[in-house]
Amino acid sequence: MEFARKVGVAIVHALAYLGSLAALAGRASFHAFIGPFLGRPVRFQSAVAQAMEAGVRALPILSLITFFIGLIMALQSAYELKRFGALNFVASAVAISMSRELGPLITAIVVIGRSGSAFAAEIGTMKVSEEIDALETMAIDPVHFLVTPKFIAMVLMLPCLTIWANSMGILGGSLFGVWQADFTWTRYIRASLEALLLRDIVTGLIKSVMFGVTITAVGCFEGLSTGGGAEQVGRSTTRAVVVSIFLVILVDLVFTTMFYFLGEH
Amino acid sequence: MPGIADPTRPSTSSDAPMISLRDVRVSYTGREILHGITFDVQPGETLVILGGSGSGKSTLLRTLVGLEKPTSGEVWIAGKNFAAISDAERDDIRKKIGMSFQGGALFGSMTVGENVALPLREHTKLVDSTIDIMVRLKLDQVGLSGYEQYMPSQLSGGMKKRAAVARALAMDPEILFFDEPSAGLDPIIAAGIDQLILDLKQAFRMTIIVVTHELASAFLIADRMVLINKGDVVAMGTVKEMQTSTHPRVRQFMDRVPEPAVAQELDYLQMLTEQQPKQGSPSPGKSR
Repeated sequence: MEFARKVGVAIVHALAYLGSLAALAGRASFHAFIGPFLGRPVRFQSAVAQAMEAGVRALPILSLITFFIGLIMALQSAYELKRFGALNFVASAVAISMSRELGPLITAIVVIGRSGSAFAAEIGTMKVSEEIDALETMAIDPVHFLVTPKFIAMVLMLPCLTIWANSMGILGGSLFGVWQADFTWTRYIRASLEALLLRDIVTGLIKSVMFGVTITAVGCFEGLSTGGGAEQVGRSTTRAVVVSIFLVILVDLVFTTMFYFLGEH
Repeated sequence: MPGIADPTRPSTSSDAPMISLRDVRVSYTGREILHGITFDVQPGETLVILGGSGSGKSTLLRTLVGLEKPTSGEVWIAGKNFAAISDAERDDIRKKIGMSFQGGALFGSMTVGENVALPLREHTKLVDSTIDIMVRLKLDQVGLSGYEQYMPSQLSGGMKKRAAVARALAMDPEILFFDEPSAGLDPIIAAGIDQLILDLKQAFRMTIIVVTHELASAFLIADRMVLINKGDVVAMGTVKEMQTSTHPRVRQFMDRVPEPAVAQELDYLQMLTEQQPKQGSPSPGKSR
């Protein structure tokens, strides 16, 4: 009985948390997409700065990681494909697994580490030093001022990063293809492109947009709900990373399931 | 002509209070911090809210600027009930108030000039050149001319407070709130902040609310003082009335007498060991 009560309480808390995230994401998207038509322009410069930080500056590390992931995927799939003498399917295996799953997911995880944590730390520090209160007393909505530019930057940059990650993964796979599977570079790339359907890329990009929303909502929400004291900022940052990774996987599961059943007909 | 004058509406007299609190109660997570606060502040008056640590004076200030919602009671600011208005109306009131936070709360990613310009950029349609002039004017008022391009991290504690006051003044507020203006400052810098408050009071006839526990500064700047203890108003009056008050709690605060529980070494020992006090001696902490 006690166990059931605890499970019930945990479920209610989890749903309340998800509700708060949805409310925050809803407010941010209102300010991003509807606010400008009501005479409340978005802080464009801030959004560009965030896009630079969260997107462009993530490129080197993201390139390196996804290149390696592509190479690993090639090695792993070749292990099985070799038994059937189908080593030339390595290209399609890497291309499809990168663009449907690994590209968006690895991008999201890199962005969580770089930006999700930074959002929580930045907003958490502002909360502790009363800067969020200062915004409110100046009649400036913290969501409009702080969260919306991040939201816009992430929703735009995650799909871009994902396309880049897909390409780097395919490039990583091609290294194995040329080295072990008698491909030339051009034949490998052509084989990858032929294997990919538009649907593979689009479903990955839809997921990446949802990951962007999730990471921004969690990072900003954790920052805004930071309690008093510097150690709370550290705690919020940790929570932002852990919760973001969990929710990104959950969102991934939901959307992958949805696409699976939608793709049947 | 019918429909022009409404006789049922009370005439708004010019001496209506700027701020009016009616039985305001505030709770955090089920624990009541303020137990029914009632007082008025007249336009142009400087009220100092005094109280020890944990007395609820900061919560009271946060309630006044709308950062905390009262669980019951009414907060009237400039003729509007803060609890019963729309978000847009609340923002309109907030444009008429300025708040200087304890640590300054300047935005670390912006220069001092951008900090002061922020409310103007967000709420007015002034062009950049006009905003620049206003920023310089406000910084000049607080004695920080020429610091527009500095980052808050490059300023000393006292300068941060001054910059925060300049930002609070940006929208030419009718009411100015100060949270612990002299906390953490050396006596000379603190005296400078006191003088700044006095100057603002004389120059603009603003309504000023200051939360502090610094008696010297309170006596200097206050028209009236209110002493808060454990979430209740203990006493309220002019500086003279407070100085001559015979109320035990006011006397204790004014004469800086420590809590009876730790007044003597023996009491302190008793507190630590949780022993019963000797027969006949007053029980600690209940001398009120």
